[in-house]
Amino acid sequence: MATIKVTRPKLTLLEKIYLPAVIKGLCITFMHAIRSMLGKTPGANENFNSSGLGVTMQYPEQKWDDQLPDYYRGVPALVTDEEQRERCVSCQLCEFICPPKAIAIIPDEIESDDPWAKVEKRPKEFDIDMTRCIYCGMCEEVCPEQAIYLRKDYAMTGLSREDMVNDKKRLYEIGGVRTGLVNKWNEIK
Amino acid sequence: MDPFLVLVISTAVKIFIFTFVLILPIIAYSTYAERRVSSIIQDRVGPNRVGIPLTLFGFKKDIPLSGLLQPLADGLKNLLKEDLVPDHVRKFFFTIAPALTAVPAFLTLCVIPFGSQITVFGESIKLVIADIDAGPLFVFAIASLSVYGITFAGWASNNKYSFLGGVRSCAQMISYEIALGLSVIPVLMVFGQLNLSDIVQHQADNGWLLLPLWGEGLTTERILLLIPLFISFVVFTTSIFAETNRMPFDLPECETELVGGYHTEYSSMKFALFFLGEYAAMIVGSALIVTLFFGGWSVGFGLDAAISEMTFGGLIHLGAFLAKVIGFVIFFIWVRWTVPRFRYDQLMKLGWVVFFELALVNIFLTAGIMMLVN
Repeated sequence: MATIKVTRPKLTLLEKIYLPAVIKGLCITFMHAIRSMLGKTPGANENFNSSGLGVTMQYPEQKWDDQLPDYYRGVPALVTDEEQRERCVSCQLCEFICPPKAIAIIPDEIESDDPWAKVEKRPKEFDIDMTRCIYCGMCEEVCPEQAIYLRKDYAMTGLSREDMVNDKKRLYEIGGVRTGLVNKWNEIK
Repeated sequence: MDPFLVLVISTAVKIFIFTFVLILPIIAYSTYAERRVSSIIQDRVGPNRVGIPLTLFGFKKDIPLSGLLQPLADGLKNLLKEDLVPDHVRKFFFTIAPALTAVPAFLTLCVIPFGSQITVFGESIKLVIADIDAGPLFVFAIASLSVYGITFAGWASNNKYSFLGGVRSCAQMISYEIALGLSVIPVLMVFGQLNLSDIVQHQADNGWLLLPLWGEGLTTERILLLIPLFISFVVFTTSIFAETNRMPFDLPECETELVGGYHTEYSSMKFALFFLGEYAAMIVGSALIVTLFFGGWSVGFGLDAAISEMTFGGLIHLGAFLAKVIGFVIFFIWVRWTVPRFRYDQLMKLGWVVFFELALVNIFLTAGIMMLVN
């Protein structure tokens, strides 16, 4: 290893007095403060949706939701397919793989007079406890029916523990409809 | 009216107005200014949310004041927080320490002249609480008492980090007190007296100490004296920075080495009192700099005699004084985000080797100039 000898820079008398350097520094911060108030500092432009003071965004008013990537892992939710059929077949794979045990499913049989009777099972209850969920996305990966997805919502709040448990109805509300992908139950296709 | 009664009543009113109506809100808002100014310098936003929460009382809309009520919210929060006293502390000293740092800062306010004088019910009242003939000496004597608060806090906390922080702060304040006291001597030599109201009156008539542009200020003596007076201004201001534990000399508080320094173990209102004392000391320091070097309440440029003639001219002077003090408080904040902090040995070296000698030499320089010109 080569040794690099660093010599201290020779200071001039003015630099040794220190006071001119302080005044120079004060000028720099003052000019920066002026530019900051005028919204001319780097980052304070429309590229970042910022509030004009640097790159800072003021959260509830300014969001960056349109910049979220497609693989963003937000709140997990259930989806229905193009014919309003709930995709989940209650195989419980997500319940078993869920690392923090946030998912609880009670399976139910589909009656024989139902048009989708041959699917055989659907969830009676499907609860995801958002106080436990770690947004790992394993449920989405393990689902053979592509029924559970991590959506881009991230602002999950509630005033009690019960509020933070998403039941089946809410999960479908968040998830909405997804078309395509799994067609095995559709006789027409 | 009985002059004694007038004195008592006017003093009580002055104490109430100066401390509770003027200085306490300025302290509260200097914490707000600290946060907003530093956020502007650092490209951030700072506290800009707190307004009047009318929705809590059933109204439709809140009144947003762009965070102007933040100090109020902070104070309320500090009052409502749990006042935690650890088991391992010396209870008595632990409890009186915050008061001992806050009280001296407020006590020194009493000799600061806030304005010239106003005439109420035919009585001319000077806008200073105690018009004593030993102003700067009184300020130094009382202000140095706040060392006790910090030492007690550090020692009574029974915690090595707090202790080291207290020791550092104590050493720093005592070292800089010498430079502080010596640097003010040239100023007092120029004025030839120690009464702060008379000093300000003199500056109003004959030019501010660092801006001698009217009255007797235009003589060669005063212009030559600008050199030593500027040196003593620099030494005095820097020593005030060190005295009040402000950046770049805020060594008592140091997260990486000392956790929170001497107030590590304090919480809720006790902690807030340390904060209050620190900011009060900063404001008193600014007031002292303004009074000694920048003409106190004087508006300047020879306008003061005319303003003093008016019945409520004292209030204009009061406004001028407060504007100057607020300007200096913002300067304190501005310096905080400009100058990197000193190492502890550099701080001690600056105090004992540079400023002490500089202040001593400065006295002789001033005396020499005064002797040669006369």
